Amino acid sequence: MHELSIAMSIVDMAQEEAERREVTIDAVYLDLGLLSGVVADALLFSYEIACSGTPLEGSRLVIKEIPIEVFCSTCKAQKTLNSMQWFCCPDCGMPTPNVIHGKELSITALEVHDERRTAPVGSS
Amino acid sequence: MSAEPRLLEVRKNVLKQNDLVARALRERFRAQGTFVVSLVSSPGAGKTAFLEKTLTLLHPNYRVAALVGDLATENDAIRLARSQAPVKQITTGTLCHLEAAMVDHALNGWDIGQLDFLFIENVGNLVCPSSYDLGENLRLVLLSVTEGEDKPLKYPTIFNSADVAVITKMDLAEAVEFDEDSLMANIQAVRPGMRHFVVSAKTGAGLPEYLQFLAAQLAECSQKTPV
Repeated sequence: MHELSIAMSIVDMAQEEAERREVTIDAVYLDLGLLSGVVADALLFSYEIACSGTPLEGSRLVIKEIPIEVFCSTCKAQKTLNSMQWFCCPDCGMPTPNVIHGKELSITALEVHDERRTAPVGSS
Repeated sequence: MSAEPRLLEVRKNVLKQNDLVARALRERFRAQGTFVVSLVSSPGAGKTAFLEKTLTLLHPNYRVAALVGDLATENDAIRLARSQAPVKQITTGTLCHLEAAMVDHALNGWDIGQLDFLFIENVGNLVCPSSYDLGENLRLVLLSVTEGEDKPLKYPTIFNSADVAVITKMDLAEAVEFDEDSLMANIQAVRPGMRHFVVSAKTGAGLPEYLQFLAAQLAECSQKTPV
């Protein structure tokens, strides 16, 4: 299972961005292709572990699964595959090895709020 | 300052770090004229026996070396060293796959320019290695005749990330009633057009075709001739 090391990368990258922009992260939005080799459930589980003890603790990971899209050279069009076990055009049935989408593993957005600046405690 | 939640659009490839290292490796291999082949399979598919045979047969005519990833032992490196080729072990501990940085690190002290072929044997795993580019020119996915003809359907992602399929242990085909046509249909279903070789490291069957293919790939890649 490599989802934990991937979850840790996600937390690191998100936190780096949060620090740069001086915000606190509530949620990380991720595009996850069905051919990425990463399992969504395992990643969600790992994300919680990866967040613990970091400023992202308690934040959510929102995964958008990206279907496999191929280019069918017969139809000359982009098609969405119904199954990752059958790389053939759903319309004309010809083999479609040309994968356009489905290998994504990228952070697309961060849901944030501005860091609360603690008001300086009035000194006497 | 407002504490209202808002959405920031970003675009960050999670594996960017690995991809950058892999790209640098690929560029280095290209500049040095080294053809790099990685091997992935489930544990026990016969990667090490196949690689030992490959190294032994290539060694007289080509300058070859291997990196071998393993969770704990150095047994594979010891076996491969019998081929007389330089071999280095990458012990990954609990990590289930190789990453580009491990390859980069393991190459320290080796003069890549002195190599025609570099082989990288990944950790036995048909899932995790698929996400990690190692900078290789060619990725072989191995599966043995004992594993079941439907393996490509169970692990379509690794077949999609590989370039060539190698069917191993053909000497056992009859005993396990291996159905070659069924396996080929399944490979083509998940990776149309995928090239394959059917071999036995034990008897040597099928290896000449595969070695010729490698030689042609090297020639195409670097225009180099055997030393």
